[in-house]
Amino acid sequence: MSTTANNTGNENAMATATEKLGTYLEAYGELIAERQERDPVWLRQLREDAWQRFHAKGFPTTHDEDWRFTNLAALAKTSFQRAVEGSVTVSAGQIEKFRVPGAGCRLVFVNGHFAPELTEIGDLPDTLEICSLERAIAKTMEGSEPNGSGSVGCAPEGIEQHLGRYADVRRDVFAALNTALWEDGAYLRIHRGAVIEQPIHLLYVSAGAGAAIMTHPRTLIVAEPTSHAAVIEDYVSIGEETAFSNAVTELVAGQDAVVSHFLVERENLAAFNVSTLRLELARGTNVSSHSILLGGGLVRNNVHPVLAGEGAECLINGLFVGAGRQHLDNYMLVEHAQPQCSSRQFYNGILDDHARGVFHGRIVVHKDAQKTDAKQTNRNLLLSDDARIDTKPQLEIYADDVKCTHGATIGQIEEEQLFYLRSRGIEETSARNLLLYAFAAECLDRMNDSPAREFVASLIGERLTDLAKNHQPAAPVAQVESAPVKEETQSWEEVG
Amino acid sequence: MALLEIQDLHASVEGHEILKGLNLTLNAGEVHSIMGPNGSGKSTLAAVLARRETYEVTRGRVLFNGKDLLEMKPEDAACEGVFLAFQYPVEIPGIGNAYFVRSAMNAIRKFHGQDELDAMDFLPLYKERMKILEMDDKLVNRSVNEGFSGGEKKRNEILQMAMLEPKLAILDETDSGLDIDALRIVAKGVNAMRGPDRAFLVITHYQRLLDYITPDFVHVLVDGKIVRSGGPELALELEDTGYGPSEADVPQALPA
Repeated sequence: MSTTANNTGNENAMATATEKLGTYLEAYGELIAERQERDPVWLRQLREDAWQRFHAKGFPTTHDEDWRFTNLAALAKTSFQRAVEGSVTVSAGQIEKFRVPGAGCRLVFVNGHFAPELTEIGDLPDTLEICSLERAIAKTMEGSEPNGSGSVGCAPEGIEQHLGRYADVRRDVFAALNTALWEDGAYLRIHRGAVIEQPIHLLYVSAGAGAAIMTHPRTLIVAEPTSHAAVIEDYVSIGEETAFSNAVTELVAGQDAVVSHFLVERENLAAFNVSTLRLELARGTNVSSHSILLGGGLVRNNVHPVLAGEGAECLINGLFVGAGRQHLDNYMLVEHAQPQCSSRQFYNGILDDHARGVFHGRIVVHKDAQKTDAKQTNRNLLLSDDARIDTKPQLEIYADDVKCTHGATIGQIEEEQLFYLRSRGIEETSARNLLLYAFAAECLDRMNDSPAREFVASLIGERLTDLAKNHQPAAPVAQVESAPVKEETQSWEEVG
Repeated sequence: MALLEIQDLHASVEGHEILKGLNLTLNAGEVHSIMGPNGSGKSTLAAVLARRETYEVTRGRVLFNGKDLLEMKPEDAACEGVFLAFQYPVEIPGIGNAYFVRSAMNAIRKFHGQDELDAMDFLPLYKERMKILEMDDKLVNRSVNEGFSGGEKKRNEILQMAMLEPKLAILDETDSGLDIDALRIVAKGVNAMRGPDRAFLVITHYQRLLDYITPDFVHVLVDGKIVRSGGPELALELEDTGYGPSEADVPQALPA
């Protein structure tokens, strides 16, 4: 309620945005009242600070450089409700199709609330703690002796030390909104030296509740020194209703830890999804982020690694596949804070129909980060004349002995290649599919062999098969244009 | 019935007529060579037969095994048994060499109502044929033609031909850019496939390839038409005298 709106560009857009902040204010008020007893003081403070930040700034407009290519008017216009816990029942059968073969355990959240009846913990080694973040915090409240480390489920020590310490609520209003409004999410702690072979599956389900609902899943992953693990954060929908998922994950990797994080976005086409992955890399860590964006209507994928220890390595790998009127925005902020670190960003985009993609790759090399080796590549394939990609590299280098490269390409399927495949007997649709798959496979080639890789490979395969099927060359574009398909709800393009 | 019957074929690219009334008949079991200067229409003929869509047929007809070839899409022509060894084989990053050939074989098998081959059935055969062409095992899983040397690319074309076992194989200047060893290997691959059920159309600029692959017939293509036909001795004669009386008719402005 303090300060003035600091973005005075498009007054209408601002008006639209602020007008609807009321629903968020209401949600915040309710939540604070409900949690008066449950939240520890430090958490209440965290929420309050974040809320003030969000309320002061509101949703960004396209005048904000970080949001130049993504118009949030449709999101700001919608009144989203908090999901009431237990108001929607999801059966095990309904989520069976989302199973990740080979996963060691699965934590399920329905509309942002932990669903213990759908969760499968299996035989976990006691070097892995995994549970709902809300329950972990509740535990810190009941047993006030910090040394009585919980023998069952998980020991919540360290949550206060890490939660909210990395996500940047100053700069990022969505991180602020999540920090103020989160109700649950996953908490993982991988003990020092533990090697967790099977991937950990975190399944976030949006299930139609009759009204547009919002959830703010919050995940905290603490990988202690020299531990190894892979985590799959997976966003899915049941039904076709609009929902808004605003997720924040903080992943803290201790010295020499090796962690892979997979984000899978496969919600319905009416979904708004903003996810922020904040990675904190200590000395000698090797952290990979793989973002696979296949679904969702308006998607913003923020990946923000900070290489905060000497010799850390980070791979930021992604594939986004859009059709119809999907809008898939990838915002990378890679911060090199210490010497001798390397970062590799590779994002491939495939866009069909009227889909729009954004790749914003910002690399900041701080003064002390000598011998930084940072590389960024964004390659895009446009399958229709109406598809669009905006790609923007941004380098800020304050050290003098660094190696930074970036490059972007935009192209179509090459007719030469298509003819070559067809001349060998492969029919056109399959040939297109093969070429699309080959392009997408560059992203898979950067993943280690694992059940997680197989899982995303099969998702990508299905998505591309659909795309190739729908994509009989040349003709259909005009047909799409002549049929007014849900124009009013599905257009994220900036008007004027 | 002839395997391939081309009658009065006219074809253009971007409005320029390249083939201007070409007639040619191939029977199964025969090897025909087409020779001619640059720009005479040799590669256009190959592209039309492989059904490349950028080449427009304006007149004439082509029967393959009694069917109208000009009605076929490239993949249908391939499934019916037409194979083109490309002059410039295309690189396809991200698709493995063996995977590509197996996909092609299975597409053709499916067309003929046969069961698909799995990797276990396919690989031993593939590797055996690679050996005949003296190709490195490492190329099995490399992306199609990516980073291959010129000679490796051409051998890879012949390898695909050996796997797909077409009825009609068209070799479009397969000899260009090959050193003598590679040429010998390619010829060995082609000769191993000669047989009563298969015909070859060998397009070349030079007599040299025909030292290794002896044709049954040689045709001279000049300015979109076949101007002379004869036996293998014609190729030798051309080596001495050039493309004969019609050479003077070739417009000077043709690309070198």
